[in-house]
Amino acid sequence: MDAFKSLVIILLSSVFVDNYVLTRFLGICPFLGVSKKLDSAVGMGVAVTFVMVVATAVTWPIQHYILNSMNLGYMQTIVFILVIAALVQFIEMALKKFIPSLHKALGVYLPLITTNCAVLGVAINNINEHQYNFIQSIINSLGVGLGFMLAMVLFSGMRQKIQESEIPESFKGLPATLIAASFISLAFFGFGGIIENLFK
Amino acid sequence: MNKNSNMSIFLKGLLLENPVFVLILGTCPTLATTKTVIGAIGMGVAATAVLICSNIVISLLRKLIPDSVRIPCYIVVIASFVTIVEMIIHAFVPTIYELLGVYLPLITVNCIILGRAEMFANKNNVAKSALDGLGMGLGFSIALVAMATLREILGAASFAGISIPFLENYKIKFFVEAPGGFLVYGILIAVVYKLTHGKAPYKKEFSCATCPSAAYCNRGNCQPKEEI
Repeated sequence: MDAFKSLVIILLSSVFVDNYVLTRFLGICPFLGVSKKLDSAVGMGVAVTFVMVVATAVTWPIQHYILNSMNLGYMQTIVFILVIAALVQFIEMALKKFIPSLHKALGVYLPLITTNCAVLGVAINNINEHQYNFIQSIINSLGVGLGFMLAMVLFSGMRQKIQESEIPESFKGLPATLIAASFISLAFFGFGGIIENLFK
Repeated sequence: MNKNSNMSIFLKGLLLENPVFVLILGTCPTLATTKTVIGAIGMGVAATAVLICSNIVISLLRKLIPDSVRIPCYIVVIASFVTIVEMIIHAFVPTIYELLGVYLPLITVNCIILGRAEMFANKNNVAKSALDGLGMGLGFSIALVAMATLREILGAASFAGISIPFLENYKIKFFVEAPGGFLVYGILIAVVYKLTHGKAPYKKEFSCATCPSAAYCNRGNCQPKEEI
């Protein structure tokens, strides 16, 4: 039961408290670039979640059974980025061949995430910072992906409001978007400390 | 001034083509490592070192690398230099290594470095590429330090770890937390836009066009670009 509880805590805290976009600033590029419309925000969120989980499922065994056992821990960055890039290409080809409908929905977003820092960041953090085991790593990646999607969806709603409002010339476009992101990040800030006390 | 003179290649990175405030590249490290001035300097120096080295090597190899696999090649070159820099920082300045944490290996996917490889180093000779790397790296560092100075003074009432006595009671914690990062960045972009109005190739929108992988993703047919 305790193991299950710890998994739930990992999942909820990576969605709300430790949101990668809004508190760690990883994956800002797609967050700002693809959040203009609701449907593209959802598509991007699903694609990122999917790639994060698969990338973690592949990089965790590589780190623990190949790099660590051969004393090659310092190769982590190079190996991970190449593995993730190859994996994304492979997923895209596999989807195109076997599940064309899913490829149509997610395909355009997949190449965008090849060099996304959130995907590499979560793969590295699972091993270096949190030192999770395999199941915990998968759950954490899932939570981070869902948190990313939540942030994108909320933000796309906010951006549509901004477009209709009058803003000073210098603040038009990106500056206003960033200030809106600041408010949404402030809202997520309120989750701090909730999850730890939820199961007491 | 001649547009292609060495001096202007070096100087354009500082303000008119500042990677952070004008080209809007490398947003993640900009927001994440500017809580403290020390962290910003560490990130700036590390990224500049990687940028100069990778620009030189990519410029040397520009005729050897086949066009269709150039991005993976660039990533391997960049990741190698990141690993070297990471090991040097870990060995000699462990405090900075702790402070930067995961953002140090993430220099690999920093758009500035891949962006300069794609936009400059694969078209120009070694000397020019090195100068471009130095200018862009300095512009990145200056932008980071400017942002970190604002955030640290307002949020923690200190500068580079030295506390400012008369501000002690007026800390606004908001600025060193995540939301403050977004706010300060937004305001600084607006200020730089006002200052360089009409001169800089300013990107008002954040789109795929600013992303160096744009040419690579979907074989040059970057879909989200059209909708923006």
